[in-house]
Amino acid sequence: MGMTLTEKILAKAAGRSVVEPGENIWVNVDVLMTHDVCGPGTIGVFKREFGADAKVWDSEKIVLIPDHYIFTADERANRNVDILRDFAQEQSIKYFYDITDRANFKANPDYKGVCHIALAQEGHTRPGEVLFGTDSHTCNAGAFGQFATGIGNTDAGFIMGTGKLLIKVPATMRFVLNGEMPDYLLAKDLILQIIGDISVAGATYRTMEFAGEAVQRMTMEERMTLCNMAIEAGGKNGTIAPDETTYEYVRARTDKPFESFYTDSDANFYSDRTYDVSQLEPVVAKPHSPDNRALARECRDVKIDRVYIGSCTGGKTTDFINAARILKGHQVKVPTYIVPATQKVYEDLFTYKHEGQTLSEIFLNSGCIEPAAPSCAACLGGPKDTFGRMNKPEVCVSTTNRNFPGRMGEKTAQIYLASPYTAAASALTGYVTDPREFLG
Amino acid sequence: MSKVIQGKIFVVDDNIDTDQIIPAEYLTLVPSKLDEYEKLGSYALIGLPDRYGKFVTPGQAKTEYPIIVAGENFGCGSSREHAPIALGASGVKAVVAQSYARIFFRNCAATGELYPWESVERLCDEFQTGQEVTIDFDQNQITNHSLNKVYVLKSLGEVRPVIDAGGIFAYARQTGMISR
Repeated sequence: MGMTLTEKILAKAAGRSVVEPGENIWVNVDVLMTHDVCGPGTIGVFKREFGADAKVWDSEKIVLIPDHYIFTADERANRNVDILRDFAQEQSIKYFYDITDRANFKANPDYKGVCHIALAQEGHTRPGEVLFGTDSHTCNAGAFGQFATGIGNTDAGFIMGTGKLLIKVPATMRFVLNGEMPDYLLAKDLILQIIGDISVAGATYRTMEFAGEAVQRMTMEERMTLCNMAIEAGGKNGTIAPDETTYEYVRARTDKPFESFYTDSDANFYSDRTYDVSQLEPVVAKPHSPDNRALARECRDVKIDRVYIGSCTGGKTTDFINAARILKGHQVKVPTYIVPATQKVYEDLFTYKHEGQTLSEIFLNSGCIEPAAPSCAACLGGPKDTFGRMNKPEVCVSTTNRNFPGRMGEKTAQIYLASPYTAAASALTGYVTDPREFLG
Repeated sequence: MSKVIQGKIFVVDDNIDTDQIIPAEYLTLVPSKLDEYEKLGSYALIGLPDRYGKFVTPGQAKTEYPIIVAGENFGCGSSREHAPIALGASGVKAVVAQSYARIFFRNCAATGELYPWESVERLCDEFQTGQEVTIDFDQNQITNHSLNKVYVLKSLGEVRPVIDAGGIFAYARQTGMISR
């Protein structure tokens, strides 16, 4: 019997030739990532359990990325970044993307921004490896053909001390996405379509493996959008088999050797679904659940108060290129927030040109709010002074990944999750809008 | 050794996510610091829609409901361990849900904060906030004293001794898996 790509990675990490879904196995960890929200608690668990003078298992395999609550006057939030810094110094952590000057993020060359995108851009996501992170969207890295999932502080503290974790091997649900992608669809539409089909608990405890010609033709950033939201269906991880697109991205960012794994043709799947993407339409997830799917064109009467383009799921360079494509030459009707995921994405806004203008020029000319400092920002609400936070019971179309009550701040605010195309089109009309209205 | 948990229940329905259990604005609190742990408890379930009523009375540190009864997919969303910790710190001893999100369930065991029981039937439609129940750990059942009815729970299995011990580190020491 063959194995899936996830099973093969876990078997290797467990030092075994075969593993089966449902088995509990100890795996060796290649990378542990933590950030300013869960890092201090993880460090607290590590010190409590392994001793105040304990050393981490490998100072080159821990990646510390402040990204959640950075540009805030909240003293506890600021203190939490200080805790990361002290720990990085004490333990000689090789990869710590620090920020000390919060007034001007550009004065901090080490500062990256949103952890999942920073991990990819800094070469920490590599095929065949096992990555754990104290953030549920760690599954983002599955786009690189690796096993990546989110864990709590206690498990992360355990890894800090031992480099190992006991996990259950997940069964794999395969989603084969065939056909030609229509010009008006993005990866975000596909994953919202799938979550709407299987529900927010449809992949609980399982792997979501994305395959098919539509996936093979996607850029790494679009593949990340698919895998990022596996958790929104309850999935343990998302995966995509590595190929030339993967290798090109990874080799441009790291010299570290890696091993590729592929799902066998006779592997066992928990379920196997096939989609013809050419038949799909732009969709949104209505309040208050990522599986509350509707066609964007069916929500044309929903009046909105703002648009938010940002986060690990929807704040990558490609996401802004796509938004700019719709916005260019038009004026937005509602406040439109531009929040690049990382400092690199921020730079791209000022250098990447679409039809002769930089993305930033296109956004400003169309009336968007000036691009913000890179961070998680209002995707998850945060302290009251967080940029873009929903502080009133308003309606927002957002390229982020969650729309549970209170996700972006105020708990009666309504969030419609959408692709960058749909978000941009909605900004231009002030209503939830199918991007085909603006795509010739 | 027989073990029971008794007390008033707080009833919620499906897909109660971690932002409702502990909204992101409180995540600056670090659970491994004792005073901040206590504070997390005072904010438990503060993100719920108002129709549920208050889980923790404002100004209080603890809840009067040691048991939560829920529908499907309790604890979905973020991996924040602050979620089971906020509930545990508020005085919750057990949740009885139809099903759980994976990371929340795991974090319950890892921290030992509370017991994530699974019910066989959907209890959240039948039970009401404020009713008195008893969970019997050896019989794997929950008795609703207001309804005078007994309901079967799925066995906690290998998770129970881990939570009994107080989490994975305590369990690993107790059983000799790790020293010290």
